[in-house]
Amino acid sequence: MVRLLVALACLIAGSVGMSAQELPYFVTYSHHMEEPGSLEIESKTAAGRPTGGDHFGANAFELEYGTRAWWTSELYLEGQSTAHDSTVFTGFRLENRVRPLLREHWINPVLYFEFEDINGANKSLLEVVGHDGNDDLLGSNAEARAEKKREVELKLILSSNVKGWNFSENITAEKNLRHAPWEFGYSLGASRPLRLAGGAHSGIFAPENFALGAEMYGGLGDSDSFGLRETSHYFGPTVSWSGPGGLTIMGSPNFGLNGHSVPRIYRIALSYEVGQVSRFFHVGGRGVR
Amino acid sequence: MRRACLTAGFLLMATFAFASAKKDWFASVPEKERVRANPMAGSEDAVAAGAIIFRRSCATCHGEDASGLGRHPSLRTERVKGATDGELHWLLTNGNLGEGMPSWSRLPEAQRWQLVRYLHSLSVEGSTPDGSR
Repeated sequence: MVRLLVALACLIAGSVGMSAQELPYFVTYSHHMEEPGSLEIESKTAAGRPTGGDHFGANAFELEYGTRAWWTSELYLEGQSTAHDSTVFTGFRLENRVRPLLREHWINPVLYFEFEDINGANKSLLEVVGHDGNDDLLGSNAEARAEKKREVELKLILSSNVKGWNFSENITAEKNLRHAPWEFGYSLGASRPLRLAGGAHSGIFAPENFALGAEMYGGLGDSDSFGLRETSHYFGPTVSWSGPGGLTIMGSPNFGLNGHSVPRIYRIALSYEVGQVSRFFHVGGRGVR
Repeated sequence: MRRACLTAGFLLMATFAFASAKKDWFASVPEKERVRANPMAGSEDAVAAGAIIFRRSCATCHGEDASGLGRHPSLRTERVKGATDGELHWLLTNGNLGEGMPSWSRLPEAQRWQLVRYLHSLSVEGSTPDGSR
């Protein structure tokens, strides 16, 4: 493990950071893929307090790699800490996103495939499906960890760029491999940079380096009880700043929209994009001729 | 469940096969895109702004001076210099995903036009400052 961390640190130190104007979304995916050969290292934190429960802070550490220009792969390692309880590792996720259409269209579809091996103590809230809600975040970590969740998740990602705005819509279907019906969810996102054109003398805090937006997401029940009944939903504004050298910081307060939701979730993410990591492994894109 | 997995596998394989298909991007540019005029044409500020965007978004692959890096090609070529504004803008918008060039549609359109201005301001490798070879 130490060797892995040292190797990762060397890669970052020896690589060139790049900035790609990340969209300010925490739950919603757009059709923008990771640049081929580049690695994004991201830490996403969600903090909140469910009604009747204790404060928690959950972190998802993400490695996102551009396998091809039309194919992005990701690994998540997740954990959480709950007040008056404990800090626990809650599992991992492997996901792949592919763009079936190689040109830009009014609506750009992306297919998303994920396998997750997490436990019931997971509070990262990277998606909300089925009847997920406030009550799932109650109970002790020791009890919740006993529940194993090996699940596959499929998403249809639709995304459009219109006059500087990005509009993204995700439909999610998730299934526990051992039992339980398919669960469904949705997320919507819209965002826009503060300024569309770049400035001739732009500094690091130039308006074009900031993006504002909003996200809404929630559950849609399951295959036995599809609909909005006993589902949770959230809405929140988002902001991001893309700094020099590949650094991006995002923040968003999310507000629960009904009694099944956690009242408030505070999200913050810090990411660093390392350009052309593949050079170190003597592989890479073939470029444009 | 089995049917869903098979469907997902088929979609994935079809995507890989489709995405692996090679095609020269230049031939793919629609005529109406090819002749589009750059709204930033003539703006020296656009060149300077495009240079900043290039350093942030493009230099890791194409090099700080756009003369190429590793397997990534130089942009100081006759082909880039001779391309119309519309053709370069189309390439930045759509990328050439099958060949490793990502889409930069995440950049607002104005910034893509600024990048085009910057690319056209570059001298061709091996040429003299007045542009002759």
